[in-house]
Amino acid sequence: MRLTVNGAQHHLVGLDPRTTLLDVLRERLHLTGAKKGCDHGQCGACTVLLDGRRVNSCLILAITQPDARVTTVEGLGHRGEPHPVQQGFLEHDGFQCGYCTPGQICSAVGMLDEVAQGWPSAVTESDSEDLLADAEIRERMSGNLCRCGAYPNMVPAIREAAGR
Amino acid sequence: MTNTLSRAVGSPLARLEGPAKVSGAARYAAEYPQDQMAYAWIVPSPVPRGRLDAVLTDPAEEDDVLVVLWHGNAPHLEKSDDPELAVLQSDRIAYRGQPVALVVARTLEGARRAAQVVQLDITAEDHDVELRADHPDLHTPDEVVPGVPADTATGDVDAALATAPATVDVTYSTPALHNNPMEPHATIARWDGEDLVLYDSNQHPSGIAKTLGTVFGLPAERVHVIAEHIGGGFGSKGSARPNAVLAAMGSWVTGRPVQLALPRQAMFSMVGHRAPTVQRIRIGASLDGELTAIDHESWTQTSRLFEFVESPGVVTRSMYPVPNLRTSHRVVPLDVPTPRWMRGPGEAPGMVALECALDELAIRLDLDPVELRARSANPGYLSCLRRGAERFGWSGRDNRPRQRREGDWWIGTGMAGATYPANAMPSTARVRALGHDGYEVAIGAADLGTGARTILAQIAADELGVPVDDVHIRIGDSTLPVASVAGGSSGSASWGWAVTGACRALRESGDDEATFDTTELVGKMPTDRHAYGAHFAEVRVDAVTGEVRVSRLFGMYDTGRILNPRTARSQFIGGMVMGIGMALHEESVLDPALGAWVNHDLAEYHIPAHADVEQIDAEWLDEPAADLNPMGAKGIGEIGIVGSPAAIVNAVWHATGVRIRDLPVRLDKLLPSL
Ligand code: FES
Ligand code: FES
Repeated sequence: MRLTVNGAQHHLVGLDPRTTLLDVLRERLHLTGAKKGCDHGQCGACTVLLDGRRVNSCLILAITQPDARVTTVEGLGHRGEPHPVQQGFLEHDGFQCGYCTPGQICSAVGMLDEVAQGWPSAVTESDSEDLLADAEIRERMSGNLCRCGAYPNMVPAIREAAGR
Repeated sequence: MTNTLSRAVGSPLARLEGPAKVSGAARYAAEYPQDQMAYAWIVPSPVPRGRLDAVLTDPAEEDDVLVVLWHGNAPHLEKSDDPELAVLQSDRIAYRGQPVALVVARTLEGARRAAQVVQLDITAEDHDVELRADHPDLHTPDEVVPGVPADTATGDVDAALATAPATVDVTYSTPALHNNPMEPHATIARWDGEDLVLYDSNQHPSGIAKTLGTVFGLPAERVHVIAEHIGGGFGSKGSARPNAVLAAMGSWVTGRPVQLALPRQAMFSMVGHRAPTVQRIRIGASLDGELTAIDHESWTQTSRLFEFVESPGVVTRSMYPVPNLRTSHRVVPLDVPTPRWMRGPGEAPGMVALECALDELAIRLDLDPVELRARSANPGYLSCLRRGAERFGWSGRDNRPRQRREGDWWIGTGMAGATYPANAMPSTARVRALGHDGYEVAIGAADLGTGARTILAQIAADELGVPVDDVHIRIGDSTLPVASVAGGSSGSASWGWAVTGACRALRESGDDEATFDTTELVGKMPTDRHAYGAHFAEVRVDAVTGEVRVSRLFGMYDTGRILNPRTARSQFIGGMVMGIGMALHEESVLDPALGAWVNHDLAEYHIPAHADVEQIDAEWLDEPAADLNPMGAKGIGEIGIVGSPAAIVNAVWHATGVRIRDLPVRLDKLLPSL
């Protein structure tokens, strides 16, 4: 089976049908940026971009995604320059232990794309003008848990990244 | 200090490991590829009490399986001081979820599957998992923490309470709570000949090397523990947990490196939690708010394997000067997992009872809650109360409950004090001059996300009189000089002290290497010193649904010198966020019939999410405690969760007039009275 991860093609031979996308990334490709916090789709630590959309990679069986294009935290940014969301996290101390961080960052990248397409969230009112108001960012990022409680620093990090 | 130009300490330096953490390059325990690595999966006990007679494996699953270990075939382990580490050594089952067998297989999927279909031949026995304040097996522990007595008494509490013009007599309860660091406990173990190498997620590489050495009959230096990055711990990784021993055992038997990463569910049983408490607190006061007596009694549970005592009464011994003071702790062993440290152990639940009871006293006396505390506060605490109140906008508060309504929301404010002991523990650091490459500073410390690596570089840079970039910090490795645990909010003080000493010794000697051990100095340090603080909360409560939202949370702290305002602020805020969880969301529910934590995952054990955290901020006095340690620092990692839950509970009362004394404040508890 073929899988494109961060632009590189991988041929996966003898893939166990039970193997999740997350375990392929971590255990076979050694891309350990995607983290395993729960393995049950409950924490968001494993968030990656699958064909451009944010997903919990622990909930996806790898064999169901032939020819998919995956972007992990390792694949964000250009030529050694961090992605604006990564830059924002650095500037605002948007993390402590860092274990939720790759998932938060991938999730934020996916979320900003959803906002750019005008997707509403659960807190969007019919007259909402700012889809990146603090309450919007918090709602849209609520699938990514952070036990260190770095949330308040992530909000400005994400908002500023949207403008870059 | 030695260098008058020193400025690194106190500057908001960004975390040194930041670029590695945001790019995915930072490696955590389970992320070190190994040749021929095998995967282990734990088989947990399905019953809370009984005897394991046999383990039968399904031959159909054997393809992938290298070995299934249980007490019938597991290697013998030496005794350590933690009975939880005697894994697979006996047929006794002490709690549901206890590891009773270990599958090691070639693949992760194979190990997991085999563990699911393993058959356990168990003789179950009647169990008891219910904490009751009248449980017949309650007893007084010898000590609650080494050196800290279970009971204390000064003055005549009964007489003072009987004659006090104003009293409160209330009982608060706090539930079991689980640390749930984002990174599950994980170990990769490998034997290099007779030497054991462990990539392990923990708060104390030096200590774990020693303990694992004991268990496997090796001197500590033959065990190499690597913990470069740790995805949080909050106390649950403070000492070796069964995962480290099991991975090492699996590797010994199979001859391969073995990875054992706990599933989230297993973190509810075998790695510790905060025990539930029931606390009765009685306070006597004069009509103008002078505290004349406090009696703080508490009841908690432990496991049958190990007596760990959650100690809420200890904080009451030092928070306010009271002439008549009694504190007591009772504990009952049940068929439950062993509780351990969780951020602010003792202090966090203790200050729920004390600071909520004081709020009830203020109401009875018709006094402002800030003023009531100000009467008994020491100078540092008093400054936190005054400045915190000013920054929060406390003045002019109508102290009557249920006065502010905006749409469907009842609005209220509340406050509570905070405290945490100023600790330090013996540690050793080493500095080497590397010529043009600057200096290497080495200490077996651990950075769980606290910013330890960064502040140690700041401290060393100032002591050596060089820019931070010239300092190369090596931590997270047991082969480095022995360091104390990253716990008890003591890391900065303990390790910073050793680093300071080593840097000064290097400068004074002119040699190119120096080592400094703080054991003697720490022994002379005053032991009765504390950090203080005050928390202020504004909540809104939905009059229709009972939903509680924390609109604002503010902490003002007297924590000595702040070494790095950027990482310090994050720690304070992180503690307060966990305080929101303790007040409103978190509780582990033990089913009495099954003896199981029924909400043992992150979908049902609710920790605060992004949307739960609105305005939150922290400030500090920044007054160095020069007599404590060379940095003048007090610990900051835990104080944010001490008192912040009480501030929120008090604010809920102010918003609604409903007093909840059983945490967390759930909407179903509020709704009938709204
Ligand atoms: S690991 Fe996938 S959501 Fe938690
Ligand atoms: S930074 Fe530790 S869990 Fe988010």
